[in-house]
Amino acid sequence: MTVFEGWWIYVFIAIAGWLATDLWRWLGVLAGNRLRDDSEVLNWVRAVATALVAAVIAKLILYPTGILEHSPLWLRLASVAAGALAFFIGRQKPAIGIATAIAVLAMGLYALGF
Amino acid sequence: MDDGQAIGSGRTWFAAGMRGIFSLPALMLMLSFVGFCAFTAQAGIPVEQVVFMVGAVWALPAKVILVSSMLSGANLLTAFVAVTLSSIRLMPMVAALVPEIRTEKTPTWLLLFLSHFVAITAWVFAMERVQAVPREHRVTFFAGFGITLVLANMLLVVIVYQFVAEFPPIVAGCLFFLTPVYFLASIWKSARHPVIYVAMVGGLVAGPFFYWLAPEFDILLAGVGGGTLAWLAERTWRKRRELSA
Repeated sequence: MTVFEGWWIYVFIAIAGWLATDLWRWLGVLAGNRLRDDSEVLNWVRAVATALVAAVIAKLILYPTGILEHSPLWLRLASVAAGALAFFIGRQKPAIGIATAIAVLAMGLYALGF
Repeated sequence: MDDGQAIGSGRTWFAAGMRGIFSLPALMLMLSFVGFCAFTAQAGIPVEQVVFMVGAVWALPAKVILVSSMLSGANLLTAFVAVTLSSIRLMPMVAALVPEIRTEKTPTWLLLFLSHFVAITAWVFAMERVQAVPREHRVTFFAGFGITLVLANMLLVVIVYQFVAEFPPIVAGCLFFLTPVYFLASIWKSARHPVIYVAMVGGLVAGPFFYWLAPEFDILLAGVGGGTLAWLAERTWRKRRELSA
């Protein structure tokens, strides 16, 4: 069975991708329908959701895949630090922070001969 | 968004949501999708399967894990478990969003359908902007944004797929890095509750810690552990301030 051919791959994506993600979205709707928007439980749900997303972010920075897998960790951390500094100096404008971080990363990658 | 007028038809608010495609969050996501497209093209996955994946799975981290599972020849069950574990976070995200957008009359089936369009970008965008939308139009506004964003990215994949394989490594690397940097900036900027800042820092610290401790369940443990700790800390601080006030 070659994975990339035929109808099987669509069934594969539908079960291991579609169902595997929408299952949690549906449970989220059922849970969220019971929450009042000023309750302490919702505050906790907000905190957990934010921490989950933050953990995904930390992983993307510390353990990237693809090209960045071969880039030094200090360069990635320096890019984020520079971006954060620019973000707070620049009145918390996301575009300023993002542009700074990417510029530092690009210069670093170039200097390292990528 | 525009001016938060209390009147306005459903169609107006759907269109207002659609215009969100021209926002910074949508732009960042589309650039990240160009990066994902490069990843799948290098992996040799045909474009029609990538398009199907974008529409069916939607959440970007889940797709990266799905593709990795396909490449390693994982069987259906193994792939399902890997993807589903990475997607548990969608439940609290949707649960936090639903009370912000629904009214008493919103049918549950509609929320179940629209929940498919929730992923990090749409979530961040919606949590940030729905406050300015009259409550009775929030679901329509979210539908306009979410559906447009998914369709636009499916189209984007069709268009850029044939070009991305030749991208220089620096460009591919920077495109990939946009995703985490953009999430950091936009979540911080859009936080409306103090608990978000504490939880953000908590998750950033707890993520690597649990990856080291229990890599199989790192994201889940970091979310529940780091999030609960952040909530407790913020609540203690809030109560103390209320007492002294």
